[in-house]
Amino acid sequence: MSIPRHWREIPRRYRLEAGKCKKCKVINFPSRLVCPECGGKTFETVKLSGKGKLDTFTIIRVAPEGFGDEVPYAVGIIDLKDGVRLMAQITDCDPTTLKTGDKLVAKFRKVQEDGKNGIIKYGYKFVPDVGV
Amino acid sequence: MRDVAIVGVGLMKWGELWEKSIRDLCVEAALSCFEDAGNDKIDSIVVGTMASGLLTGQEHMANMVPDYLGKKHVPAMRVESACCSGSQAVRTAFMEVASGMSDCVLALGVEKMTDVSGNDATYALATASDQEFEAFHGVTFPGLYAMMARKHMEQYGTTREQLAEVSSKNHRNGSLNPHAQYPFPMTREQVMNSTLVADPLRLMDCSPITDGAAAVLLVPATDAKKYKKHGMVVISGVGHATDTIALCQRKDMLKMEAVTLAAKAALKMAGKTIKDVNFAEVHDCFTIAEIMIMEALGIVKPGQGGPATLKGLTALEGKFPVNPSGGLKSKGHPVGATGVAQICEAVYQLRGEAGKRQVKNAKVGLTQNMGGTGGTSVVHILEAK
Amino acid sequence: MVGISGYGTQIPRYRIKVEEIAKVWGTDAPAYRRGMNLNEKSVPAPDEDVGTLSVNAAYNALARSGIAPKDIGAVYVGSESHPYAVKPTGTMVAEAIGACPHVHTASLEFACKAGTEGMFIGTQMVQAGRVANVLAIGADTSQGAPGDALEYSAAAGAAAFVISTKNIVAELLDTDCYMTDTPDFWRRPYSHYPAHGGRFTGEPAYFKHVEGATNAMLARAKMKPSDFDYVIFHQPNGKFPVVVAKKLGFKEPQYRHGLLTPVLGNTYSGSSPLGLAATLDEAKPGQLILLVSYGSGAGSDAFIFKTTKRLLEVRDLAPRVRKQLDEHKYYLEYGQYAKNRGKILRAE
Repeated sequence: MSIPRHWREIPRRYRLEAGKCKKCKVINFPSRLVCPECGGKTFETVKLSGKGKLDTFTIIRVAPEGFGDEVPYAVGIIDLKDGVRLMAQITDCDPTTLKTGDKLVAKFRKVQEDGKNGIIKYGYKFVPDVGV
Repeated sequence: MRDVAIVGVGLMKWGELWEKSIRDLCVEAALSCFEDAGNDKIDSIVVGTMASGLLTGQEHMANMVPDYLGKKHVPAMRVESACCSGSQAVRTAFMEVASGMSDCVLALGVEKMTDVSGNDATYALATASDQEFEAFHGVTFPGLYAMMARKHMEQYGTTREQLAEVSSKNHRNGSLNPHAQYPFPMTREQVMNSTLVADPLRLMDCSPITDGAAAVLLVPATDAKKYKKHGMVVISGVGHATDTIALCQRKDMLKMEAVTLAAKAALKMAGKTIKDVNFAEVHDCFTIAEIMIMEALGIVKPGQGGPATLKGLTALEGKFPVNPSGGLKSKGHPVGATGVAQICEAVYQLRGEAGKRQVKNAKVGLTQNMGGTGGTSVVHILEAK
Repeated sequence: MVGISGYGTQIPRYRIKVEEIAKVWGTDAPAYRRGMNLNEKSVPAPDEDVGTLSVNAAYNALARSGIAPKDIGAVYVGSESHPYAVKPTGTMVAEAIGACPHVHTASLEFACKAGTEGMFIGTQMVQAGRVANVLAIGADTSQGAPGDALEYSAAAGAAAFVISTKNIVAELLDTDCYMTDTPDFWRRPYSHYPAHGGRFTGEPAYFKHVEGATNAMLARAKMKPSDFDYVIFHQPNGKFPVVVAKKLGFKEPQYRHGLLTPVLGNTYSGSSPLGLAATLDEAKPGQLILLVSYGSGAGSDAFIFKTTKRLLEVRDLAPRVRKQLDEHKYYLEYGQYAKNRGKILRAE
C-alpha cells in the first residue's frame, strides 16, 4: 500500500489539522484548496479540539482486509465542537453499548498496518470521554 | 437537441459466472442488444465500468469492447462514476445521439466481480468512498449505509421490519425475472435473521457480488421505425447531480440531495412530475437506500419510506411499483452494469414485455442509479410512445 | 532551576488477572499474588503500541506543562518494545505533538531503565542550556513468553515528562547512576520474547544496582532515607521494590503511592516513571521525592525532585494515574489476550 499517500496526510491524521477559511471562517476537515461554503481560497491552519459527540455509527462485523482481527469494531461520524464532522473508529469501548450522542474524545492510535513487514499507519480514533 | 429512442436492449442471466470473462460478458450483452434491435451497425460505443482494473486487471475497456465485438475502428470511450457508471454510459450515449454527433450508439455496462477474492472485491468497491477519510478507517460500504440506517431509524422511527420488507418485496419481484441472480422469495424473517454485517444492516439487506453486463442501443427517435418492431420507448428526461463524496460532509445525510436534484432535472426535461411516473427502478444497494431514495424522489415524504414499503405502496401490484426487476438485491449488482440494466427493465416494462412482473399500464418509467453513498446520481425518464 | 514542568501518562483499558494466566499453565495463582504481589496487569489494545501510548502520555504531559509543542527541543522515547526494530519512535511523537522539524529525537533502549534515560539525558541538556525543553518518555508493551514467570507481570503503559527551566512542578535537585555489565535479562535480535537468568535477576542484578544507585545518590546529596517524603523504585513485581525499600530504611508511607505493579504489572520502561507520576498526583508542594530506576544488563538512574506550588495548579489538567489504573477497565480471557498479543500462530 502507498506510503506517500499516508505520509502526506500526517498533519490531518496525527494532529487533526484543519483549514479555517479566512473569508467565511468555516473550518474544513480535511483542509481544501477551495472552501465549499463560500469559494474562498485562503485558509488558516487550525488544530481541531478532538472533542465531540457521536452522531451515528455502525459496528463492523465483516471487515475489509487488514481490519479482520479487530471485529466487531465501531466506526462512526463524530460532531466536533469546532463545527466539523468526521468519520473515525471508536475504540476502548464495548461497541454494543455505544449510543448516538455519547461524548467522545480523540486519541492517537494505530489505524492500519501493511502486514507484518510494512509500515504502521497511525491516526486519530475516538474513545468515550471518561477522563482516562 | 434531437429526441432519443431506445431500439435495443440486451441482458443475460446474472450471477457468479465462473466460465465467463469480462470480455465475454460485454460481447454477450451487446449481441443480445443487437438481436433485440435487429441491427448491429453502430457509430460509437460507451462502456460503463467501475473497477475493471482492480477486479480483472483490465483497463482500456474502451478498446477491448469494440475489438471483441467485431467492431474494430469504431470509436469507443469508457465512463466511470462508481456504481453509477452504467447510467453515465447511457447518459453519455444519449448526449451523443441527441447532439447529432452519432446516429446509433451502444451503451454498455459491465462488471466482472468474481475474478478476485471477496476481500479484493470489497477493497475495489470501497474505492467509491473517500479513501483517505472514510475507507482508511476500516469502514465498508455496508457500514456507511448502516450509519444512514441507524440515523433514519432514530430520526424517523424506521423499523427493522420495514427495512426487511424492501428486501422481501424485491425478492418477490426478482423471483419473476429470468435474468435475476437470486430469483427466489425471501421472507422478512429470513432477512431479519440473517448474519449481521454492519449493525443494524444484515447480509440480506445488502446487494450481492455479481458478474454481469447490460447493453442498450440509442438512436434518434425519428430513426426508430427503421429498427425491429417493438413498442417505441424514448428517453424523455435525463438528470445528473453530485454531492460530497464523504458521508460525514453532508449537512443532512438522510437527504439524498444528488438524487433529488437529478430527478428534478430529469422530470423537468421530460415535462413531468413524479406523480406522472408509473414505476421506478432504483438503486437499492442496501435496503435503507431504497427507502431514502423513495423519499428523495418525492414518492413519499421524508421518513415515510419505511411505513409506505410495509403497506405495499412499492409492491408490484402497489400504487407505485419500485424495482419490478427485483432490484439490485435480487437481480444482482454488477456495479457498472446496474445502471444500464435499470434502463433495460424500464424498456421491457414500457414495451409490455416484462412477463409475470409486468407493471399494469406502464407508460412512464423512472430509473435512478447511484454512486458511492449518494455522491453521484443519474435519473432517466423513459416513456412509451 | 531545571525540573519537570509537566507529566502525563497513558495506561491501556484492558487487564488480565493472574488467575486467568495461571489457569492456562496450571500454576499456583495465589503464589503469584502472595509471593510476587501481583494481582492483574494491563494489556495493550490491538491498536495500541509504544508509539500510541507515548503520544497520548505526551499530550497529557504537555497539557500540564503549558509549554508549546514547538518549544520542545528534544524528544526521547525509552522502550524495549518500540513499534519498529528500525525506525524511530521519537519522530512519530514529535510529529504528533507538533514539535517537528526543529527537534532532536532518539529511541533509547536499556531494558526497564530506558524511560529514566530520557529524563537523565534531557535534564542534563536543559541544564547545559542546549535546549529549552525536552520531552522524555518511558513506554512499553512488554511481552513475557507464554508460560514464563514474566507473563504474569509484563504489562503496558507510558509516562511522559516535559523537562524545562520554567513552569516547574518538581525541581530536579540531583542525579546519580550505577552501572555494571550484568546479563540478567536480554532479548537477541529476531527473538519474539526476552529471556532471563531466573533467580540471577534478583540479588546480583536488581538489588545490587538499585541499592548501589540509591546509596550513591544519598551520599552525593548528603541525605538519608528519612529526609524523603516519597520514594519510587523500579518495580518488576510487587515484591522487589518493597524488599529493597525496607532494606534501605524506607517506610511504607514513602513508597506506597508509587507502587503500582500489584495492579498494573511491570510496564518496563514505564514502570518507575509511572510510579513517579502517581506520586506527583499525591504530593504536596515542597516535598522531596527519590526516584531510582533499574534496567537489566544492568544499571540504575537516581533522581531527587522537590515539588513546587505549581503542581497543585496543573494536576487536574490531565487524568491522574489512579484514575487510568482503576476506572473503565475491561478484563480479558486468556484467549483474547493471546490473540491481541500475537501469541497465536497464524497462517502466513
